[in-house]
Amino acid sequence: MSDNNGISRRGFMAISAATLGGIALAPGINLIEIAAAKPDAEGVTAKVRWGMLIDTTRCQTGCTDCVSACGKENGLGEVKKPRTDAQWIRKIDLKDLKTGRALSLPMMCQHCANPPCVDVCPTGASFKRADGIVLVDRHICIGCRYCMMACPYKARSFVHEPHTDQNPEVPRGQGCVEGCTLCVHRVDRGGKPACVEACAAAGHNAMLFGDLNDPASDISKRIKEVATTQVRADLRLDTGVRYQGI
Amino acid sequence: MSHRILRTLGLAVLAGLTFAAANAAEPGRTPLPAIAIEKPGQCVEPKDVMRRDHMKLLKHQRDKTMHEGIRTKPHSLNECISCHASRKTGSVTGDSGFCQSCHDYAAVKLDCWDCHQPKAKPAMQSQAGPSTRDLLDAMQRGRGGQEPAKEAKP
Repeated sequence: MSDNNGISRRGFMAISAATLGGIALAPGINLIEIAAAKPDAEGVTAKVRWGMLIDTTRCQTGCTDCVSACGKENGLGEVKKPRTDAQWIRKIDLKDLKTGRALSLPMMCQHCANPPCVDVCPTGASFKRADGIVLVDRHICIGCRYCMMACPYKARSFVHEPHTDQNPEVPRGQGCVEGCTLCVHRVDRGGKPACVEACAAAGHNAMLFGDLNDPASDISKRIKEVATTQVRADLRLDTGVRYQGI
Repeated sequence: MSHRILRTLGLAVLAGLTFAAANAAEPGRTPLPAIAIEKPGQCVEPKDVMRRDHMKLLKHQRDKTMHEGIRTKPHSLNECISCHASRKTGSVTGDSGFCQSCHDYAAVKLDCWDCHQPKAKPAMQSQAGPSTRDLLDAMQRGRGGQEPAKEAKP
């Protein structure tokens, strides 16, 4: 195998040695990530369907770590106008008035298999990637906000103000609609969404991210075992985000 | 009579042309783009290709990245910024910015920066340590064999 074509022999040997010996390649890099990382030059395929399972029994009332992690990762909240600021994920507190049972959950784009936002978009800006992530192509978006009307989950926001402090990997600016991208820039590198990481860092582990099409993935195993719900399943949108305990 | 008029006209035209030529050569009259490449070396494509077709390359890459998740580096906008951002401002915009100065000269409106970050952010990479991708890239390059940096003159 030549150096120009795929991983060089030296690189392959390094990976093999690390795999066999269980040696950490570098701080912060584990081998599972290497197995999951998609090569940069390879496009996404429908073999994968990214999804999330939110365990509302573990989600803490009053904790907003997922919301703040999302804001930090994606450069939200630069303008500081709460009434119109973009909101990709929000916390919802629910209470059953009869029984008094209260629960808290994060709500965001549900990454539907049949997304209504894509159906109504007049320009084709709102689209679903082959791996199930629903995105807005801002190069095509004209800011008409039909998708905001169509979304049953209130998951999309319109950017009202000009921005200058974007994360280089998350371009965003005035005049377009946007929503949760499932941290697509991280997922393409083999990472997890920022909210999921933050939830795990807080010790709650209420959010589980993974490939719904892979029967061996943690998320597939969990949804096989426990009762999970799609919010507004009656709409038959086949959401990628599922909830446990609601 | 007509000969004299023609000759006078001809002289006038010649004088005019000479004056125009002298003016064009005079520095300072035309605001030339301030092209300073902070990280000189080989660009991802030959200079004449980049000058004529950089927008096509960027647009192609943009659609590949957005819709297919292909995140190869050479033609990505962030990769342009990593070499071409000014060392002083850290940006490709501003009067002496690599992108803006040339676009001002050519009177072509730039709207990339309405959404994209024109500043290089090296801190972001170092915080998280090297990514898996970077590591594999480094392995792929083998013996650290990056091309020797060549002087790129505008």
